Amino acid sequence: MRNTDTIAAVATAMSSSGIGIIRVSGDEAFSIGDQIFRKYRSDDEESHLWNPGQESHKVFYGHICDRGEIVDEVMVLVMKGPHSYTAEDTIEIQCHGGILVMKKILETVIRYGARPAEPGEFTKRAFLNGRMDLSQAEAVMDVINARNQYALKSSVSQLNGKVSGKIRELRAKILYEIAFIESALDDPEHISLDGYPDRLRQILKPVIEETEKLLDSADNGRVMKEGIRTVILGKPNAGKSSLMNVLLGEERAIVTDIAGTTRDILEEQIQLEGISLNVVDTAGIRNTSDVVEQIGVTRAKNAAESADLIIYVVDSSVPLDDNDRHIMEMIKGQKAVILLNKTDLPAVVGVEDLIKLTEYPIIGISAKEGTGIDELEDQVKSMFYEGEIDFNDQIYITSVRHKTALTESCRSLKMVMESIDSGMPEDFYSIDLMDAYEQLGTIIGEAVEEDLINEIFGRFCTGK
Amino acid sequence: MPYLEETYDVVVAGGGHAGCEAALACARLGLETIMFTVSVDSIALMPCNPNIGGSSKGHLVRELDALGGEMGKNIDKTFIQSKMLNESKGPAVHSLRAQADKQEYTRQMRKTLENTDHLTIRQAEVSEILVEAGKIQGVKTLSGAVYHSRAVILATGTYLNARCIYGDVSNPTGPNGLQAATHLTDSLKANGVEMFRFKTGTPARVDKRSIDFSRMEEQLGDKRIVPFSFSTDPESIQKDQVSCWLTYTNEETHKIIRANLDRSPLFSGAIEGTGPRYCPSIEDKVVKFPDKERHQVFIEPEGLYTNEMYLGGMSSSLPEDVQHAMYKTVPGLENVKIVRNAYAIEYDCINSLQLKATLEFKAIEGLFSGGQFNGSSGYEEAAVQGFMAGVNAAMKLLGRKQYVLDRSQAYIGVLIDDLVTKENHEPYRMMTSRAEYRLLLRQDNADLRLRAIGHEIGLVSDEEYERTVRKEKDILAEVERLENTNIGASERVQNFLRAHGSTELKTGATLAELVRRPELDYFMLTEIDEKMPDLLEDTAEQVNINIKYEGYIRRQKQQVAQFKKLESRKLSVDFDYSTVNSLRKEAVQKLNQFKPMSIGQASRISGVSPADISVLLVHLEQSRRGRRE
Repeated sequence: MRNTDTIAAVATAMSSSGIGIIRVSGDEAFSIGDQIFRKYRSDDEESHLWNPGQESHKVFYGHICDRGEIVDEVMVLVMKGPHSYTAEDTIEIQCHGGILVMKKILETVIRYGARPAEPGEFTKRAFLNGRMDLSQAEAVMDVINARNQYALKSSVSQLNGKVSGKIRELRAKILYEIAFIESALDDPEHISLDGYPDRLRQILKPVIEETEKLLDSADNGRVMKEGIRTVILGKPNAGKSSLMNVLLGEERAIVTDIAGTTRDILEEQIQLEGISLNVVDTAGIRNTSDVVEQIGVTRAKNAAESADLIIYVVDSSVPLDDNDRHIMEMIKGQKAVILLNKTDLPAVVGVEDLIKLTEYPIIGISAKEGTGIDELEDQVKSMFYEGEIDFNDQIYITSVRHKTALTESCRSLKMVMESIDSGMPEDFYSIDLMDAYEQLGTIIGEAVEEDLINEIFGRFCTGK
Repeated sequence: MPYLEETYDVVVAGGGHAGCEAALACARLGLETIMFTVSVDSIALMPCNPNIGGSSKGHLVRELDALGGEMGKNIDKTFIQSKMLNESKGPAVHSLRAQADKQEYTRQMRKTLENTDHLTIRQAEVSEILVEAGKIQGVKTLSGAVYHSRAVILATGTYLNARCIYGDVSNPTGPNGLQAATHLTDSLKANGVEMFRFKTGTPARVDKRSIDFSRMEEQLGDKRIVPFSFSTDPESIQKDQVSCWLTYTNEETHKIIRANLDRSPLFSGAIEGTGPRYCPSIEDKVVKFPDKERHQVFIEPEGLYTNEMYLGGMSSSLPEDVQHAMYKTVPGLENVKIVRNAYAIEYDCINSLQLKATLEFKAIEGLFSGGQFNGSSGYEEAAVQGFMAGVNAAMKLLGRKQYVLDRSQAYIGVLIDDLVTKENHEPYRMMTSRAEYRLLLRQDNADLRLRAIGHEIGLVSDEEYERTVRKEKDILAEVERLENTNIGASERVQNFLRAHGSTELKTGATLAELVRRPELDYFMLTEIDEKMPDLLEDTAEQVNINIKYEGYIRRQKQQVAQFKKLESRKLSVDFDYSTVNSLRKEAVQKLNQFKPMSIGQASRISGVSPADISVLLVHLEQSRRGRRE
């Protein structure tokens, strides 16, 4: 049996229905399980999930605990390699299907030594370890490829713009310091490191603080735009921003009576009894000559294309027009709810007018007075629990991966501080700095390649 | 027309640092070898800086020595000053550099070559390679003579279509006014070899008597000299050393340079070759770093029997009159007399991606190459490539396995892997930051890493090898002893700790734990450790490093284990990647262009993603099982 590191991922779709499975595979799978799993019957004589001689595929019942705290009540299935999907030692943790719970368990497993699996990695290992026959090779390669492209897309598109900007900034700072150290090592007679350790300490302090801040916000879902991607569409002044505000319970979007006020896209997170919505308010869709508004309209269309759920707001106080027909054309084939807004005003458009045009559920609301919102929430919940709305669960995996990377880079940066404190030579700093730089790079999808060499030559005057 | 016709096992074209190592390796392995040079007087010539080694280059020389190369031994015979750089830093970046007596270096190397069996030296210009059906058959010289051989090693340095330039002067010569080689490029192109044009430069040489050293800082050599070669007895090379000198440019110098930039061939476009970013000319530095008020100038002797001094840091291609004017603004050089002007040199080299990691051409069997011809820069980089090309050519003819050092084994491995895997747009120079496992690839343990390989190749004697084996044993035993020896908190130990500003012991500790403390080291333990064996200087040093940096070393070893896994999965260089449907287009194109030798190498190609590597692994498994079924 070859030595492998231990990988973990959520094996079921990340939705609120049914049960969720977190799969852990590799040499450390059992020992990680032992550390985080408390069997229900504490008088159980067997102390480990796996004991020599034990039959494979044994199920245990108990709790997953993270540093003393119970995360969830679970069943753990223990499979001894080669009798598992990957042919490696594997545990499957079956938990309650909640997204937050699954994410928490995955994070716990990773904290105790597993790493987040690459997209398609279980399948890859299954094949490489001989668990699948030759005819499946092409399919395996396709899975790896497709999942990676999907992950890459979601990773980049779901990353909050401010966060990626911050990460770039931190990386640039770190790279500069590595380049400086390396230039000095390469050309000690031209560049001196006298007094540098103290300087570096001062430079790194805020970098570590910033990284920790990012890590905190990763827990609050502010790094990744997690949730069912819900896009609010409608022609200008239909009341999309008002709806957003009602849903959020705060004045977030600017609401005026002037059509075309929302010129870009606003995004917010909304929790709906365990379902997380990532609601996107968009510019009203209409034919316009205003260049800025046009950009907004294009973005709204793009957002609608990648949506898991569309909330289409119709203004019941004005007749349907080309813009409405255009929107209905646009959302064809997607999951949607139609809201007939402004029920507080005399109606020009009624439910019966819309039924002729669409099969989507229609709900009358008044965003202004807050009526009909409960019905909307019920509708969304039932669609989700009945499995009608599915969503990009890769995002959760990605967010765990990002969090791991942030944790690692934080740790590496602190190692540099330790090295400075204990008087290690300067060349050791750059080893840990480089680790931090690489880890941060994985979040924004940037490899290292020739960065360092370019920075050295670009910034520092070395050479004979 | 009748012509001279001879047959050898191996032909080496070029007698520089690469050519010498290649020729020596082949001849010493018993193959009939002929080495061509445009001038026998320029064998192992040092046309630029008068030193060997330096940061990361020192590593290369020690590795070369451990494998059985000549450069380390030759510089030990001919150095006139020696210095261990970065001594205050970690052991991984300590680097040896020695000033050479240039003429003596050349003379000694020539003596070695001339007295090596199976080696013929001939002054002639190789003008053609002879290829038949994708296989090398030999070479032709300018006179029309034909030399049949089963392997050819090209080490033409900076001589191919060379042009030396300063101001508006452009001489079609190689370095130092030596004759350029103007025919071989055409023959290579005709055989499908892709050529690049690179550029480099050298500063002026000046007359020692015209320098006012009182206005400069003296740079002394080390008190205790460490030899380059593991075969040199340290005691045998402790000797009087000559000094180098340090001075600086100033605003006045920079003003003159700026005022004459339009006359520089670099900026006027007269130079087409790509120059290195790490070795900029003084005019480059002034333009690129306008805020820097001064640049260092190192004045280095060219040898014991000449008054010529090398102006390190002032390489230039500015016109003669500007050079004279600018040097005179530098403190100590007010009355300087120039012996040789600075110049830039342009030359043809190959796109090194055409080579396998064995340094054999992928498309022409039996044709190997090394040195600046491969797009590298520096004597040391050239020497190690020449050596590896020579060894692999010899192995091929002897029907033995090829040697490829990987990135976790040696700087040599990093250098060659970079050359054959990464797109290279400037003369490639070694740097410690290029080595990802540099804590393991130290100059102090090159023998422990590579002696066994050198011995297996047949270029390291039994005696030399046994010394390394002994050393290894001693290190292991002593590390084990330190890890397992507990000492109590006796008054003697506490006194020792207090004296060195170290925390006193509460209970006991192992000796190894004490060595790991930042303020202590192995050598200090003599005060409290009566059972310390009397180890050789370099053995004791290994013990100290292994214990002190154990945590970091272990971490890098784990990384290496991961790396080795991918490196051991071999790919065929004939494979057509477009047959793997699931690979992305970009990956197919890159992989088909590079034809990597292993999954590991494939993973280092820019544009090949980790997902592509996963796909390749699945594909490899597929074809493995396919073959079995």
